[in-house]
Formats: sequence, structure tokens, C-alpha cells
Amino acid sequence: MSNQYPKNTVQVPTFNTYRESDAGKPLVLDVRNLGIDFGGLTAVDSFSVSLGPTEICGLIGPNGAGKTTIFNLLTGVYQPTRGSVLINGIDTKGMSTHKVTKLGIARTFQNIRLFTDMSVLDNVKVGMHNQIKCSFASSLFRLPGYFAAEKRANARAMELLDFMGLADLADQKAGSLPYGVQRRLEIVRALATNPSIILLDEPAAGMNPSETTELMHQIRRIRDTFHIAIFLIEHDMNLVMNVCETIAVLNYGRLIAKGTPEEIRQNPTVIEAYLGKEDGQ
Amino acid sequence: MNILQYLINGISIGSVYAIIALGYTMVYGIAKMLNFAHGDVIMVGAYICYCVTVYLGLPVLAGVLLSMVVCTVLGITIEGLAYKPLRGTPSLAVLITAIGVSYFLQNAAQLIWSSNPKSFTSIVSNMKPLHLFGSLTITGEVIVTVAVSVVIMIGLTWFTSSTRIGKSMRAVSEDRDAAQLMGINVNRTISITFAIGSALAAVAGVLMCSSIPVLMPTTGSMPGIRAFTAAVFGGIGSIPGAMLGGILLGIIETFAKAYLSTQFSDAIVFGVLIIILLVKPAGLLGKQVQEKV
Repeated sequence: MSNQYPKNTVQVPTFNTYRESDAGKPLVLDVRNLGIDFGGLTAVDSFSVSLGPTEICGLIGPNGAGKTTIFNLLTGVYQPTRGSVLINGIDTKGMSTHKVTKLGIARTFQNIRLFTDMSVLDNVKVGMHNQIKCSFASSLFRLPGYFAAEKRANARAMELLDFMGLADLADQKAGSLPYGVQRRLEIVRALATNPSIILLDEPAAGMNPSETTELMHQIRRIRDTFHIAIFLIEHDMNLVMNVCETIAVLNYGRLIAKGTPEEIRQNPTVIEAYLGKEDGQ
Repeated sequence: MNILQYLINGISIGSVYAIIALGYTMVYGIAKMLNFAHGDVIMVGAYICYCVTVYLGLPVLAGVLLSMVVCTVLGITIEGLAYKPLRGTPSLAVLITAIGVSYFLQNAAQLIWSSNPKSFTSIVSNMKPLHLFGSLTITGEVIVTVAVSVVIMIGLTWFTSSTRIGKSMRAVSEDRDAAQLMGINVNRTISITFAIGSALAAVAGVLMCSSIPVLMPTTGSMPGIRAFTAAVFGGIGSIPGAMLGGILLGIIETFAKAYLSTQFSDAIVFGVLIIILLVKPAGLLGKQVQEKV
């Protein structure tokens, strides 16, 4: 296949922001000079970022900088005008969203998009769609294979729900849950697709400080339990600075800075993008 | 006793509407489009069954099965050729295409089978009508129609709630983008929906022509519109809604014909629909959708 590139690997000495433990392992996400135009408007331009297999990276930037657009490009919802996205070394060019998902990328949404009429358990099981291997015939005639697959799926779904403390709510309708719980369920649903990288779009939006603190622990716990990379968009600087190992800053669709939280905090370009230029300078 | 007889006849014709309405409502729920060619798929189904039994002399069951197969293929083909290229375009474009497909099917049927009405032999012609309480007659057609529609309704409810494909259909109907990001192939799910809807249309065509044995290229259009009405009446997008809407519509139509006016029965049916939609705009079992601000 032409979209098989040599896998880039994490090189600790050159990028000191990567985790030591990821050294020498292939990149899970490798974005090269990504760009998209909507008509005459360039929404994202020459955006590059790469994530090691267990890295937590933040994507920040003022409103309208193009952060969610980048998530849509990564998941194949939009096709890029320029550049390429490699997930586990495979170029996603021209792939439809469901195929991109199979490469191991999952996401949550800024405005929660659960299947509100389904039960919590069914939401998770829809996420497991690609892993439940069960022919139509065996589900129609209830062959032993059906029960085995169904049992495995249920067990796995309950395990994931339990991980986020939602096991008690399995039979509830997803739409009836409180806001914070729905956000957690969305993360569980994304985890159910068995991803190697998960994209969180403003996971702390609408959460109170104590919920946000809990979320920070959960994000780390997800990484440590599932050994996956996490790429998150967030406006809550406390969360971003505490959880992320690397941060990419976007302004007007362009990457203006990349580095550790400490580097970003002191970067004059970033401060300018957020606060504007001081007069007389 | 008359009232009971009318009720039975109403349920019978209503069951056919319900089966057709299921096709409309499933396609609307999942592809978010009104497939106005659905009524004409019914007509094709009836013609296929007619040809298989009359020209080829095969048994009725073979006729029904073959017409289901042909309609399934027809439904997938229509979706693939006419609607799929228009995905993402304004819904009006798809709607007009569907009307175009409807006329195409009618004219194609006219070319193949001519516009002369064919007299359809009932698939249950050898079954004796049941006589209850002296004056009440239940024909074989009524029994078969109601039985088949009950089986279809139970089967479809089970299918959408318990199978993997059914669950992916529900996911696509709720949020297409989110479903895609769960790894569900939306195009394939839509094709499967058209396949199921069209297979049901074939069954509906055979059942309908067994009760009203006149088969013409335009046979499907009026029942198609009534079934669409039934789907809206019950709440479009809702499977139980389509069943309830279909059966109620059949009953209202039969009573209107019996007690008010045969000529104006359609006007009465649609009048009732307007009144119900004024009170419940989303239909009887439809979900009241609040636009998020």
C-alpha cells in the first residue's frame, strides 16, 4: 500500500519533551504540515505535531484558533487540503471516518454527543462495534457464538464503565444523566473503540473546580491504565498545565509554540496571543 | 356487528399501511430523507410476484420470496445510484430525486407490463373465510395480512434493539457523525436500511394486491402516500409510531368510507391527520425535538 510510511520513532535527545519511557517507540500520531481551506479561508495551516505512545499533549489557543477543526482533520471528518496525518504510521489520506477510527483514534466532543435514547451500556457497546465479531446469522439464530460474543462485550463494557465509576448507571438512559456524568460516559465510549490515542475536546467544560481536579486524575489514570496517548483541547489552564507533558499553541490556524508547560508559560508569543501586545512596545 | 366487521377490515388494510410506513420511517430515521419512490417499490414487488406465479407457474411462496429479493436489490440500487451521490447536499435535492425515481419506476413498469390492469390472484385464494357470529366474515387475506404484519413488527423491534446491525442503525439515526467516529460504516448502514425497507415493501405489495386485486403501474402511489401519512401521523422516525399510525389510518379510512362518504374518505383521513398534527406536531409517538439554542 502506498500509504505505508516508515514509522517515525520517538527520539528523546532531540525532543526533550517526550517521556523517557517512550524512547525508541513508534509515534502514535504524526501530523505533518497539515492545512485546510474552507473556500478562501485558511482555517488551519502548516500544523505539525507528533505524539509518543503514552504522551499527554494539550492543544490550546484563543477561541476560533482552529482547535476543533484540527480534531476533525485528525479523525477524517474533514479531508485536509495540504499535509498528512499518520496514525500508527498509516496515512489517513482519503479514508472515511469509520476507517480512520479503526486505525486506533477516538474522540469526545465539545458539545456532548452521546446516543441519548440508548442506555449507558448500549452507548459503550456501540463504541465496541468493531470489536464485536459476530455474524448476522449467528445473532439471528442465537448460535452459541452470539452468546459468547455478547457476554464478552457486556463484560468489557461493564469493566470500562466501572473504571470511570459509572457501573451503577449502566441501565439508565444516557440522556437522563447529569452533565458531568455524560462527559465521563463519552470518554468511556471513546475508550471502548480500543484506541491507541484519544482526543478530548474540552473535557472540563462546564465542570466545577472539584470535578476538574477529579478529571485530571482520571486523565492520568486513563493513560497509565490503557497505555495510550491523549491529545486534549482545553481552556482550563490549571488542567492543561498540570496534566499535559507537552503543549501546542494555536493562533489563527497556525502553530505558534510547542513545548513543555514551563516553556509555554514563559513564551512571549503565547502571552501576546492571549493578552495582546503591550502598548508602546 | 357491522362496526366489528369494519374494524377488522380497517386493521387489515391498516396493517399493510403499517408495513409500508415502516420503510418510510426507517429510511427517514437513518438517512434523514423522504424516499417517495418507496410506494413504487411496492408495485414492483407485486408485479414480480404476479409474474413468478402466473408466467412461471411457481408456487406462491416462491413468488413472495423472489419479489422480496428483487425489491431488496432494487432498493439498494436506487439508494446507491440516486441518493448516495447526493449525500451532504440540501435535503430538497434528494427529495426531488426521490420523486424522479418514483416516476421512473412507474414508467418503467408501464413499458414492461403495459398500463392495462392485471388481475392479481390472492396468495391465500384456497383458504376459506371464517364466519363468526353469523354475520362476521374474516377472510384468509385478513388473517394472513394481520399475522404477517405482527411477525414483521415483532421481528423488526427485536432486530433494532438486539442485533449489532440494529444497534448501529439506531446509533446512525441518533447522531451520524458520532456513530462514524465509533467505527460504524454509515454508508453500509444506510444500504442495509434500504434493503430491509424494500423487502418489507415487497411483502406489503403482495398482501395489498391480495386484498385489492387490481395491479397497475400506479398501484403503489396512493398507498405509498397514505403510508407516508401514517408514518408522519405516528411520528416519523419512530418504528412503533409507524405501526400505530398505519393501523389507525386504516381504521379511520374504513370507518370514513363506511359511515361518511366513500368519495371523500381520503379528505377525511387527511383532515384527521391535520387536526392531530396541530395538537401534536411531532406525531403520536414522535419525539418532541427542542432546538438547542
